[in-house]
Formats: sequence, structure tokens, C-alpha cells
Amino acid sequence: MGVIDSPKIATVIAPPGIEGPGFFATRVDKVVGMARANSLWPLPFATSCCGIEFMATMASTYDLARFGSERLSFSPRQADLLMVMGTIAKKMGPVLRQVYEQMAEPRWVLSMGACASSGGVFDTYSVLQGIDRIIPVDVYIPGCPPRPEQVLDGIMQIQKLVESESIRRRDTPEYKAMLAKYGIE
Amino acid sequence: MHAPSTPVDFLPIALMFLVAGGFVVTTLWVTHLLGPKRKSKIKTDTFECGIESQGNARIPFSIKYFLVAILFVLFDVEVIFMYPWAVNFKQLGLTGFLEMLTFVAFLLVGFYYILKKGALKWE
Repeated sequence: MGVIDSPKIATVIAPPGIEGPGFFATRVDKVVGMARANSLWPLPFATSCCGIEFMATMASTYDLARFGSERLSFSPRQADLLMVMGTIAKKMGPVLRQVYEQMAEPRWVLSMGACASSGGVFDTYSVLQGIDRIIPVDVYIPGCPPRPEQVLDGIMQIQKLVESESIRRRDTPEYKAMLAKYGIE
Repeated sequence: MHAPSTPVDFLPIALMFLVAGGFVVTTLWVTHLLGPKRKSKIKTDTFECGIESQGNARIPFSIKYFLVAILFVLFDVEVIFMYPWAVNFKQLGLTGFLEMLTFVAFLLVGFYYILKKGALKWE
């Protein structure tokens, strides 16, 4: 593709700070945000065809590893990002919720595709009409299924959220109230 | 000739240990301080792929599983030794063949022993 020399390729940009010979000073939350955003470990919760698109996203052409997310975590304990990909049946709802609740803080949720976001074409009694009915969602990716480019865009949106999140956000009363709305302790 | 070393000469090493230990302790402490935490009953529960865990994993189970597994490993390794022997069969010649026969004979003695002991009897 010959884009290696392109000046458009940017590595992680250092946050604004005071620079001098041999030292660099900046805010802790900026550094923490930068580190978190560029080392997101996704937990793939793939239940249907969106999962196949996710596999393409992980593979060589699209290569999610470029964003620091090559390490999938199949245990919620080490995951930062829950990627819900596919139709979530109502029977699956409690399972998804349990997985979300067992993730370590801080955690983010990416809802991929029409089914996870809204139930999609499955407007039936058995399918959950959007996972945001049971867990809080940070970013939605539209599409049925979305292309890998869209998934990458979704991940980048998550990265923006992660980067700008204040260190104390998870302790704020607003956040706790939001969790309480979902009945999550 | 070097002057005999004094304890002061080892100060840099002590300093290095101090910095190494201090870095680990500080990092652990700072991440503990900065990282958000939330504890709930569901969160600290055993992870069973999102399904509620049933019972306790620490239950006694039959020794037979362990015996069969360990015996499998034993004879598995025997077969592994046969591969390089098979590759070098011609070079090793009669000596190699006799050595292999001895090896297998020893193992067969063991096999006869476990058969007599009833280690492979499942019922």
C-alpha cells in the first residue's frame, strides 16, 4: 500500500505539558488516559454474524492490534472493553449482565450492530431490544453487520472517551446513580 | 593491584536494589490509589462465563482418573522415545535395537505390575 512513509501516520501524541531537557511534566489523568486508551483489552461477546466481522477486524487487513487492542481477554477480570456483537436473546441477557458486572473497573461497553443496539430485525418476544436495557453502553456501532472500518471507528470513539475520562468519574454520584438505574451495585 | 574493596564500594548496588524495590512498591501503591474500584457480591463471584456457579469445585473425586492420566503420560513418553529411534534405526543397528528392547522390556515389567495391581480396572 506504500503508506509507511506517509506523514499522516501518527504514533501516540504526548499530552500537553511542560517540557525541558531530560524531563516532561504533565497531568496524571492525561497520562493515565493515554495509557488506558492505547491498551484497551476487549472482551468479545460475540453471539452472531457481527462476531464474524469482528474476526475480520482482528485479522491482518484491518488489524485491531494497531490500536493496542490485540490482546483479547476472555475473562472479564482483565478486560477493559466489553464488545457486544450480535443478537442478545432474552435468555442471554442475565449472562451478559453477569459478565459486565464481573469486569474490573474501569470498564467500557461497545454495542456493535443493529441487534445488540436495538434488537435489529428481530422484533420478537424472545430478543432483547437493545443491550442498553440491561447494561450501560458507551458507544453504538450501526450496521447489519457493520464493516470492520466501522468497528475500528467505534474503537476509536471508545478511545476518545477513555482518554478524556476523569480519574474520579467512577466515584461520582452521577455515575453511581446511572449504575443504580440499571440495578447494578 | 586493586585496593581491597570496602563495604562502601557496594553502595551503588544497594542503591540499585532500593530504586528497584521502591519502583515496584510505588507503582503498586499508586495504581491501587488511582484505579477505580467497585465491589459487589456478583462481581467477586466465581466467573463461569456469566452463568451462576453451581456448588464448589473442591470436591473429592476418584483417584482412578489421576492414575490413568499419569500412566498415560508414562506410556506416551515411551512412544515419544520410539520416534528418534525409528528415524535413526539404520545407524543404530542391532545395538540400538537391543537397547530399545531392554527399554521396552523394563516398561513392560512396570505395565505387568500395574495390571496385576488392578490400576487399570475401572469398575
